[in-house]
Amino acid sequence: MRRELRRVTGSEQVGPYTLLRIERGALDAGIPGQFFMLEAPGRLLPRPMSLCLEAASELAFLIDPIGPGTRALCALETGDELHVLGPRGNGFKLDVPRPLLVGGGIGVAPLPYLSARLGRPPAILGFRSTWHAEAAALIPNAEVCIEPTYVTALLPDEAVDILACGPEPMLAALRALVPDAQLAWEAPMACGYGACYGCAVEIDGELRRLCVEGPVLAGAAT
Amino acid sequence: MLLNASGCLDALLAPEVARSLDGFVTKTITPEAREGNPPVRIAETEAGMLNSIGLANPGRDRFLTEVLPRLRGLGVPLWVSVGGFSVHDYAETCAALEDVTIELNLSCPNVDEAPEGAAAIVAACRAATALPLYAKLSPAAWDIAEHARAVEAAGADGLSLVNTLRGLALDASLRPKLGTGGGGYSGPALKPVALAAVYACARAVELPIVGMGGVTSGIDALELIAAGASEFALGTILFSDPEAPTRIRSELAAEASSRNLGHPLDARCLAHSSLQMTVS
Repeated sequence: MRRELRRVTGSEQVGPYTLLRIERGALDAGIPGQFFMLEAPGRLLPRPMSLCLEAASELAFLIDPIGPGTRALCALETGDELHVLGPRGNGFKLDVPRPLLVGGGIGVAPLPYLSARLGRPPAILGFRSTWHAEAAALIPNAEVCIEPTYVTALLPDEAVDILACGPEPMLAALRALVPDAQLAWEAPMACGYGACYGCAVEIDGELRRLCVEGPVLAGAAT
Repeated sequence: MLLNASGCLDALLAPEVARSLDGFVTKTITPEAREGNPPVRIAETEAGMLNSIGLANPGRDRFLTEVLPRLRGLGVPLWVSVGGFSVHDYAETCAALEDVTIELNLSCPNVDEAPEGAAAIVAACRAATALPLYAKLSPAAWDIAEHARAVEAAGADGLSLVNTLRGLALDASLRPKLGTGGGGYSGPALKPVALAAVYACARAVELPIVGMGGVTSGIDALELIAAGASEFALGTILFSDPEAPTRIRSELAAEASSRNLGHPLDARCLAHSSLQMTVS
């Protein structure tokens, strides 16, 4: 269990979000849907972020500045250093015959890397505004809807293998329509390696640690 | 001796972190399995964090048959944190344990406490086991030294100081961030509280003291030792830095030697010396 110290190589705005790039070094990119604990400067606890993009020399994370930790991450500048622990948790199962990516809001964060690993399958993305929807440019073959239209309105009639990440109501709606969808959930997390028991969610009727059992689950969490 | 604070490490998921300690302290074990409290369970604050885990654990029987044998395989000395909701709960679990040190969790802020006092629980556990028995006390007591004297008289072999303090954090809509409302407050904000508790208890009793609360560096650990701790434990820092035990151990050695101390424990109770001189 080693944190690595990594240098920021760039940071750019994507709508309201920030794409934070760090040097990769020997870091394993992991499986799409896995997450990294990123040190948030000046904060007590690191923040869990799924990998958005990988390159030979860089890893990138899409971050929504919604609180003090994510704002500190978005304020990082080229050359700054931060500790990184990961990849952690369980990612998406990639051996699916008819993948369809579904993302909502900042939940699109893991989809660019997932899309690359799956060979650019079709995607359906939902956002609350055209400004937020600028993030859709990161994902190829995407159909985009803006509230009040929801992603569920764009689902095809034929059978597909859904791999999704987004707000809880979106995941719950998808699960109701497609019970075996692979869904990436979110919970506040202090450690990311099973130590704090803080990220408990209800899975198959039991409270379990999302960092250990998830964050990608086959439909089961509420 | 360097430990983890109970509930701040899963040794089976992070065995290398457990092995970097001198002893591993389990999450608190209760007689029956507990799912713990509903989410949201953690919240970061300005100078610490709140947790409302609620003693999630597999229950005594599954712990003894499934978890403890695997923990023994780690080769790290084990401390079992024992909890309950009556004197009988605590004593029964103590009686079922062997070859471990026992820490009695007498102070979890996230569950209802046993109605009996700490001393009564310690006395019942003392009668139930010959194993080393540490009493983990709450820093919320007005006079913690009085509690320390009471559990010493009841047969405790040591003290663990301190557990978390009860705290509350509100979100932007002015509602509690945690699912249960309040929770246990830990992290750097707890350090002065821990120092005061260790300092007071070290003057009140002869027992060894495991100091904990907001330790993030070697100097924090040395301060706890100077206040009277003979051992110390890491809690919240483990969440952000799994390598903290190794780092803090080496920082502690450097802090001690920079003060011409041959060993960090040579600093024990140094914080008391000037006061004692004044009194005498």
